[in-house]
Amino acid sequence: MLTMKIAGVAAALLLTTGMANAQSTKPTDPQIAHIAYTAGSIDVKAGELALKKSKNKAVRAFAEDMVRDHKAVNVKALALVKKLGVTPQDNPTSQALTKAADTEYKSLAKLKGAAFNRAYIANEVAFHKTVNGALENTLIPSATNPELKALLETGLKVFQGHLAHAEHVESTEK
Amino acid sequence: MVWILPVLAGLALAGSASGAEADVIKVDIAKMVYLPATVTVKVGDTIEWTNSDFLAHTATDRAKAFDLNLPPGKTARLVIGKAGTISYYCRYHPNMKGSIVAVAK
Ligand SMILES: [Cu+2]
Repeated sequence: MLTMKIAGVAAALLLTTGMANAQSTKPTDPQIAHIAYTAGSIDVKAGELALKKSKNKAVRAFAEDMVRDHKAVNVKALALVKKLGVTPQDNPTSQALTKAADTEYKSLAKLKGAAFNRAYIANEVAFHKTVNGALENTLIPSATNPELKALLETGLKVFQGHLAHAEHVESTEK
Repeated sequence: MVWILPVLAGLALAGSASGAEADVIKVDIAKMVYLPATVTVKVGDTIEWTNSDFLAHTATDRAKAFDLNLPPGKTARLVIGKAGTISYYCRYHPNMKGSIVAVAK
């Protein structure tokens, strides 16, 4: 079940890649900003759920990091689009991401204790792998504004750290 | 980049009875890295970290002697008390690593 949900997010982001390849049209900066912001919001929401539900110290510390960092990146992203006079533009990738994440959120919300911890962390590993892949392969190369590109690059570095952290928690908190 | 600023005469740092030149060594934090990652200092010198990122970081000793919070845009200082090598990292982003090599005066 879990695997299916994860596949949902992966599929949503593959869509970006697919779109770019099939029509050889890259996502535009307003779309990229929207996708990045959406992905960040999803992870903040998941982290807040974990802080509500989990009593595991390592899981909570991880969730706190997710909420703090993704919020910071999104605040920065909002400030940047405002400065650039860009309006983030909703798009099929953002919509698919949100839809997959809503389903995941609902299934996580039903779990408790160790089952919740495992599912949350497994989701985080998959989510960061997917988002990092999308950043690296699609969003960063497609971004035209240098400041947006730089922000995405810093984001990628942060999220690579998150992935390593999630994998560490996954391997130690069985 | 390292800037070594002479500490004003008469403002000798605590513990340096001789008033010998104690320096402030600056470490910048930008784009998820400590710059420079390794600094060599003398006992009595001060390390000053400045977080130029928009993300919160820390400078946390692996041996647990210090744990400095560095909110975005903020600065934190540490006076080096003894010789030796200190390895530190960011608690929030453990892939950020730095070290301090402290030599006797
Ligand atoms: Cu950090």
